[in-house]
Amino acid sequence: MSASVTAATAPRRPGTARRFLTNPQAVLSLLVLLVITGLVVFAPLATQHSSTASELSDAFGPPGGGHLLGFDSAGRDVWARLLYGGRNTLGGAVLAVAVALVVGVPAGLAAGYHGGWFDSLASWWVNLVMALPAMVVLLASRAVLGPSVWVLMVVLGVLVAPSFFRLVRGAVAGMRGEPYVDAARVFGLRDSRIIARHVLVVVRAPVIIQVALVAGMAIGLQAGLEFLGIGSGSLPTWGAMLNEAFTNVHRAPLLMLWPGLALGATSAALVLLASALRDVLEDRGTGPVAGRRARRSAAESTAAREDVGERAGLLSVRDLTVAYTLADGTSREVVSGVDLDVHRGEVLGLVGQSGSGKTQTAFSVLGLLPPGGRVSRGSVLLNGTEAVGASERHMRGLRGDTVAYVPQEPMSNLDPAFTVGDHLTEPLRTKLGLSRAQARERALELLRQVEIPDPARVMASHPHQISGGMAQRVLIAGAVSCDPDLLIADEPTTALDVTVQAEVLALLRRLQAQRGMGVLLVTHNLGVVADLCDRVAVMREGVIVEVGATADLLTDPRDPYTRELLDAVLDDAPARAPWRPREVGAL
Amino acid sequence: MTGTSHGGRLRAALPPDGTGTTEAHVTERDALLDVRDLRVSFPGRGWRAPRVEVLDGVSLRIRPGETLGLVGESGSGKSTIGRAVLGLVPVAGGTITFDGERVDGASRRRRRALSRDVQVVFQDPYTSLNPSLLIGDTLAEPLLAQGVPAREARGTVADLLDRVALPRDAVHRLPREFSGGQRQRVAIARALAISPRLIVCDEPVSALDLTTQRTVMDLLLDIQERTGVAYLFVSHDLSVVRVMSHRVAVIRHGTIVETGDADTVTREPEHPYTRRLLLSAPVADPDRQRERRTEYERRFHADAS
Repeated sequence: MSASVTAATAPRRPGTARRFLTNPQAVLSLLVLLVITGLVVFAPLATQHSSTASELSDAFGPPGGGHLLGFDSAGRDVWARLLYGGRNTLGGAVLAVAVALVVGVPAGLAAGYHGGWFDSLASWWVNLVMALPAMVVLLASRAVLGPSVWVLMVVLGVLVAPSFFRLVRGAVAGMRGEPYVDAARVFGLRDSRIIARHVLVVVRAPVIIQVALVAGMAIGLQAGLEFLGIGSGSLPTWGAMLNEAFTNVHRAPLLMLWPGLALGATSAALVLLASALRDVLEDRGTGPVAGRRARRSAAESTAAREDVGERAGLLSVRDLTVAYTLADGTSREVVSGVDLDVHRGEVLGLVGQSGSGKTQTAFSVLGLLPPGGRVSRGSVLLNGTEAVGASERHMRGLRGDTVAYVPQEPMSNLDPAFTVGDHLTEPLRTKLGLSRAQARERALELLRQVEIPDPARVMASHPHQISGGMAQRVLIAGAVSCDPDLLIADEPTTALDVTVQAEVLALLRRLQAQRGMGVLLVTHNLGVVADLCDRVAVMREGVIVEVGATADLLTDPRDPYTRELLDAVLDDAPARAPWRPREVGAL
Repeated sequence: MTGTSHGGRLRAALPPDGTGTTEAHVTERDALLDVRDLRVSFPGRGWRAPRVEVLDGVSLRIRPGETLGLVGESGSGKSTIGRAVLGLVPVAGGTITFDGERVDGASRRRRRALSRDVQVVFQDPYTSLNPSLLIGDTLAEPLLAQGVPAREARGTVADLLDRVALPRDAVHRLPREFSGGQRQRVAIARALAISPRLIVCDEPVSALDLTTQRTVMDLLLDIQERTGVAYLFVSHDLSVVRVMSHRVAVIRHGTIVETGDADTVTREPEHPYTRRLLLSAPVADPDRQRERRTEYERRFHADAS
């Protein structure tokens, strides 16, 4: 299999702790937070002064004599107030986050995992809470419950709980249908255990990130309230200090700086930490770099070959090499030195297992390699014109009337926002310059040609209203609409049921014969090859190992890999013998 | 024309179902799993929409150590049978009996006890393993769920990896480090962990490459040989089912249309739908495929155009 090599050699995933420690933003912001928290928690060690002792004669006094930052308007030590006030500010934020977690996470887990009436009720309630303006509720609760920072923070916790609820509920509801959760149920795991082992792991990272964000927000909101004078006037907090300083801003502007700095540094550190945590925790890794695409090629890079042989008129590929640039800057060849020829009116099968590079070859002919991929060497002649290195404008000119494409997944290749008619008439109008009415007439005719009953109804349908087989017929109709010379079909029947596949294959055969199109058919199914192809090329790890006439290659393969593929075909495998009881004790 | 529109007409012309004919071979006393007249329906889309019947009176039996292949196209309800046996979908009618005991509508508690005997391997090896759990934890999970001490579980996990031919150091790795075939081996190992008597295999090889598919099939056959586990083998591919199963049941639109021993059903089927399935699948030999195509067009061309 494609990734087996990678699995054997892949280094162990660096641990979460390690990834955290190598992320400078995470380390730095955590350090700032730790210093601030440390100073605040161990305030008595950082200052011998009291935060409340007031000496009016010292009012607005400058720093000095053990008073690091001087005195405020009431003659209190600013440094001490900053430290002890931080206890209330940070403590309040912790309280709000704790309340939000306790309310939001379990409710989100229950609603997401079980669904049903609790989900409906909880979601309704959450929407209601989210619609409330937080500031107004906080003001009202202060009026009712009294001016206490702690009460306000509990209320704030309840108000931000919905953000946790929605986060957790969404993640859990998304994974409820995953087979591994079904499997866990089949193993007889209790719900509580499934939640603890499978569900919490999924929501852990987003919740931690959200905690950092909400803490920052709680600090900001609390400071805002205090600044407006709506806190508990007696307790020193950073917000209250701002408020006091503001009244004397003209006399001692520096007094604004210290609580502002403390607030800013803490909030910024929290937000930066949240964003760094996102990188660290939600790193799902690049893994065995996208198995399908990334294959290390066997062949070493060499200079382009001179000897090209006779080249076919329709499509001629020589020494095609496709490379992908990986995240670490190295590049990896997925197709290495491929030679292919498709003559006019010929059907060439390109066969291989997943990761063999067959789709990459087809995409490079179309000039549609995904980002990161490029043709690093070789030549692709389409109707005698070089396609490698051609401008996008030039390639756009070729697509449609010279070369057309039928994809593997019919449904994901139709835009759900447009009708089938839109999909078909658009290229006719831009490419062939037909009028709206002409294009519609032509599209109806095309749908008739691909044997769609009631073409007018299908024209008006959206993709979700038609079956997969029908969608594939629509895409085939679209592909042949501008009368291409070459049709590239990438596993055109793989996603279809076997009876539908038979019909689509019959359709492709008929259209090909009628129009004399050349076809490059990418497939893994040797039965499809036998059904449709004149010649076959077998591809393995980016290299073509054997080319030949279909009948010869399938009956008398020369390459051991082709033989291996043919041996894996189950057509002639004997059926299993009927069941016989086992001897007693064999269990 | 398409499978679905054609299906409606063909179905109307047929006898209601093919149950009770060949199924009579397996007596009630022999059966490990006995599904009778199973009905499953899902709520329709939209407010007060009628329920959609997914299974319309399905009966089947599996003996100990036997494989019953269940073939059908997408939407036929083949996977739903397996999910009903596993207790993952509610049963609307009929009975499911395992080892002489009714298990449809079993309580969660009873279900947990039953999970010792009935296990599952799903189709998609990419989603059936929790991406954030190490392979070792995934494999130990069913053991711990059955109350096996952690220490003992660790030893069993190493044995399991040997049995499915994976390296022992796989326990410290994440699913994403493995290929599809290797992941499917992990899923099989997980199903084997507590020595079940029946494994529901829901398209276990459909997502795999041809050569990998073959090795996973051989592994399943080998395990059955050694342990005597029974399989309910669900697949869309007649040729896979033919190799894997002692008997084959063909399902269409929630009804079993034909049951019989593997060779008969997959070579000389009686039911026109089974014949159509058989002739639709192209064979890797141009001459024989041409004959098959001609035969297909002769039989079904009237439907196809």
